[in-house]
Amino acid sequence: MPHVYGNDFGAPERAPELTDEAFAALLADDGRVEPRDPMPEGYRRTLVRQIAQHAHSEIIGMQPEGNWISRAPSLRRKAILMAKVQDEAGHGLYLYAAAETLGVDRADLLDQLHTGRQKYSSIFNYPTLSWADVGAIGWLVDGAAIVNQVPLCRCSYGPYARAMVRVCKEESFHQRQGFEILHTLSHGTPAQKAMAQDAVDRYWWPSLMMFGPPDDDSPNSAQSMAWGIKRFSNDDLRQRFVDMTVPQAEVLGLTLPDPEIRWNEERGHYDFGTVDFTELFEVIKGNGPCNRDRMAHRVAAHEDGAWVREAADAYAAKQVARTEGAA
Amino acid sequence: MITPPGSSTPPLPFSSDYVLGLADDALVSAQRMSWWISRAPELEEDLALANIGLDQLGQARTLLTYAGALEGAGRTEDDLAYLRDDREFRNVWLVERPQTDFGVTIARLLVFATYQAELYAALAASSDATLAGVAGKAVKEVAYHLDHARLWTLRLGDGTEVSHERMQAALDAEWPYVDELFTPVEGALVDPASLRDAVLGRVAAVVREATLEVPDVAPTVGGGRRGLHTEHLGHLLAEMQHLHRSHPGATW
Repeated sequence: MPHVYGNDFGAPERAPELTDEAFAALLADDGRVEPRDPMPEGYRRTLVRQIAQHAHSEIIGMQPEGNWISRAPSLRRKAILMAKVQDEAGHGLYLYAAAETLGVDRADLLDQLHTGRQKYSSIFNYPTLSWADVGAIGWLVDGAAIVNQVPLCRCSYGPYARAMVRVCKEESFHQRQGFEILHTLSHGTPAQKAMAQDAVDRYWWPSLMMFGPPDDDSPNSAQSMAWGIKRFSNDDLRQRFVDMTVPQAEVLGLTLPDPEIRWNEERGHYDFGTVDFTELFEVIKGNGPCNRDRMAHRVAAHEDGAWVREAADAYAAKQVARTEGAA
Repeated sequence: MITPPGSSTPPLPFSSDYVLGLADDALVSAQRMSWWISRAPELEEDLALANIGLDQLGQARTLLTYAGALEGAGRTEDDLAYLRDDREFRNVWLVERPQTDFGVTIARLLVFATYQAELYAALAASSDATLAGVAGKAVKEVAYHLDHARLWTLRLGDGTEVSHERMQAALDAEWPYVDELFTPVEGALVDPASLRDAVLGRVAAVVREATLEVPDVAPTVGGGRRGLHTEHLGHLLAEMQHLHRSHPGATW
């Protein structure tokens, strides 16, 4: 079926398989893997799963912030927020495109999202209850995403790594705008400052959970590191995020809701409290505050748009037939 | 006729209310358009509709700022957007009703972008340097909006049987509100009535190319330019303005 959007490069082509040994030798060379290079099937499957989950996170992530576009408190903020959420859609697009280079189809990946067979980042199952949450998402959630994603710019799979370079540049801008929202609020009226503190109180721990389970409880990490997909462990990245964020909270004049945060001279890092991962696992299981709403919103958009996509395909087919008829 | 504050130049040949009408059309349209972000039929369309909404919002901001300056009471773009009630808004009814159907959104955009294309082309050649400057930039933006609306009208009109019916129904639903765009306005720099033939001619050509019919329905008695609106605008403003109004004097 012809499609109205984008380029049609024909049926997806799977790369030939490669033995683990030959692949290890290639990676030892720090060689980058490109779309039609041979690769082990497990590597391909892991990448598809990870890139798809990343793409799904971008498009589900449009919802919590999109929730405040209609109510943004100034026209300048409204414009910035619209541009930001539009960026998330753009990230989704290039990530689906990167996944498609591995021989899968965007429509199939979306189907897996809609039927719950593929996941998205659990952070987007938390609600945006106030305008300050838009700031907290930019500062903390995008901040955590950057810490996770900067190493992916050196990921062994070329299309994913290159997509990440652009995504990280834009995320860095998003993080600064989140910081600036909170800075304005925390230096505003007492009600605005309270709004900012409440948002940080609610988003701090879920942001720390974005780095995944602790290293000793992360089943896929070792293989991903061996394959050059993952460069640093979950706990290392979490520590890096805390070290980066604590001084920024001081500049904001906001308190991070963890009494155990203190500088550890010996380690050269901030110590922090224990993350309650039982909550994370509940959210992953589907019992977070917004899981059902996010999926219902996403599925409704897809189903309500079916007649439009069908029309576009039918029109494109007619155009092809007309061109051929005229030739 | 008004005189800009602190100026000894002759009165301008148009009113600040006229500029407010242009601004409010763009602002209210942007507010409706932004509803689609995360709800579009395809990811590419989330991007496109967000982009169109952003363009409209950008036009609204410049025009509101200018309307505030012409008024001379020190009102900013945010004062005008957030602190006026519906009776003070000057937009047409076409842009203020909900648009949660993709066909309706495209039908409305086809009409509105064609209208804006003709309007901004005329303003770009007008005697007022500020409006000519705003319009000169906006005319390029709405050319893209119009192209987008035209292509979707063709796809939906000449797509499947279902889409043909839905697109025709959407045009029928929007058509009673088209006429208000051309109602004469006091203090207009470009007489809206002068745009009628060109706009309707261009829209009709696209509608026919899409195998659809130009609706034959009587226009609704609109009153947007005089501050009389549908029931829908109050809800739109309640949502848009509530946070800003809940914190009087705050900076965001």
